Amino acid sequence: MLEVVAATVTFSAPGSPLIRAVNGVSFTVPAGMFVVMIGTNGSGKSTLLGSIAGTVRLNGGAIRLAGCDVTRWREDQRARFLGRVFQDPRAGTAANLTVLENIAVAACRGRRVGLSWATTRALQSAAAERLAAIAPGLETRLDQPIGSLSGGQRQIVTLVMATWHRPDLLLLDEHTAALDPAAADRVVQATARLVRDHNLTALMVTHSLTQAAALGDRLLLVHRGQIAFDVQGIAKRRLSVDELTERFNRLRSADQLDETAAKTLAERYV
Amino acid sequence: MITLLSTWTFGVALGLVALGMFVSYRLFSFADITTDGSFTLGAVVTAVLLVWEVDPAIATLAGMAAGASAGACTGLLHAVLGVEPLLSGILMMTALASVNLVVLGQSNRPLSGTITLFDRADAALLSTVGQIGFSGAAASEAARLGFVLLTATVAVVLLYLFLRTKLGTAMRAGGNMPTMARALGRNTGAMTVAGLAIANALTALSGSLVAQYQGFADVQMGIGMIVWGMASVFLGSALVGSVGLGGAIIGTLAGSVTFRLLVATALRAGLDPDWLKFTTAVVVLAALVVPRLLVRGSQSAAAR
Repeated sequence: MLEVVAATVTFSAPGSPLIRAVNGVSFTVPAGMFVVMIGTNGSGKSTLLGSIAGTVRLNGGAIRLAGCDVTRWREDQRARFLGRVFQDPRAGTAANLTVLENIAVAACRGRRVGLSWATTRALQSAAAERLAAIAPGLETRLDQPIGSLSGGQRQIVTLVMATWHRPDLLLLDEHTAALDPAAADRVVQATARLVRDHNLTALMVTHSLTQAAALGDRLLLVHRGQIAFDVQGIAKRRLSVDELTERFNRLRSADQLDETAAKTLAERYV
Repeated sequence: MITLLSTWTFGVALGLVALGMFVSYRLFSFADITTDGSFTLGAVVTAVLLVWEVDPAIATLAGMAAGASAGACTGLLHAVLGVEPLLSGILMMTALASVNLVVLGQSNRPLSGTITLFDRADAALLSTVGQIGFSGAAASEAARLGFVLLTATVAVVLLYLFLRTKLGTAMRAGGNMPTMARALGRNTGAMTVAGLAIANALTALSGSLVAQYQGFADVQMGIGMIVWGMASVFLGSALVGSVGLGGAIIGTLAGSVTFRLLVATALRAGLDPDWLKFTTAVVVLAALVVPRLLVRGSQSAAAR
């Protein structure tokens, strides 16, 4: 379960006004819910995700994972609750290590690492089994450097790694955005299957309105550092891509109107 | 014969610097200039303890420990204070120059009259090398080579086994892709500190052995060691190609011996010793640039 309570993140550059990238956002993701998050560029969704993962510090508010207040925890400390997949397939895996060695590191998520053997027989057969179930063929490449795999294959291995031990929250950060359409499709299917089969709690950020309409139990639309639209249940299931596109466009044109108005005001009165 | 054996002994002993560079540079992408200082640190700490008649094994281990703490300091500068890798190493190397001078008490200290690890090796291995067919001065030299080979083998095996454990694998992952390691709960800062401690312990061990082998410690003896280590690492990967972890580690050691043999050959062929470091730098540059040029060449050939 994830609880975001009045989360605020501000950025300030010298000589420019304070920017509230995330402006008092609150929402709760109960256990077992699959939430999809979309937003315009610069809406603050990446910052919001970063503040949950621990890469961005909150200026106000709190983040709770599985009932535990993690607001002041470092990124690596929060890993005991989180499984993460990144936009860049390279970021979630260590290219020089073999597929099995990468999985071995994931098998230690949230646990102490000692001087016991990393890649045991037991781990090897478990890894082969899990990979074969989600992407047949990958299990034959356990001993190859993971850098020799394609981006899509690496994302699927990263998904397996992130869910090796059941995470309290699976964080997916536009994890298909860097892939070609066919690979993106395979990764989306693998994601949906893993989330469904293991009844995972997940938060997925995406740029794809098609994915946003098709996937998940709930949809959050982030705009200007706030949640502009929150829909779940039957309403979410009925949501069409066209409707989403229209909502998006309305927000964008409202933005442009604001900008024009601000410009006019500035020209006339400043 | 003796010169050849001695070349090998130096090559293997300096191979430990290369192993250190393998850890810091290959695994952590950290061009660690501390190397120059920690090599000397290992030598001077051991030398002073030997003069105080401390057991040579303990004196050597103390040299290693000093190197490890120097490496850990560099790691802390980077991980805790956010100083960039190159500058962290430069700062530590500069600081160590004073430390080394203070520890040694003078710029050069002979070890004549002290009992070194090599004296022990002579006593223990002389009969064995005699059986192989060495005699006289060559036998003593062969015993010394046997001893450094044994030490290097132990270092290689321990390093390999360590890097295959959960901790070692996590460290390799952290050096290769910090984002991934942090997302999986690993404190990458602590791992850099530990990695540099291991790397500089190996470098200091090398310095300690070299001082005992040549019979003196000198505060200048570490200059250029980082380039030596890099040359060996590059040469090693050129020798063995892209193989697994074990192959890469052995290749690094082989790279050091090969490089030492090349240097010895060049010197014998008439290379002015004053130009030795210059030549080393050129070799490292070539090892860095030539593979890239070859790739570019084959790409443009493919494009045509």
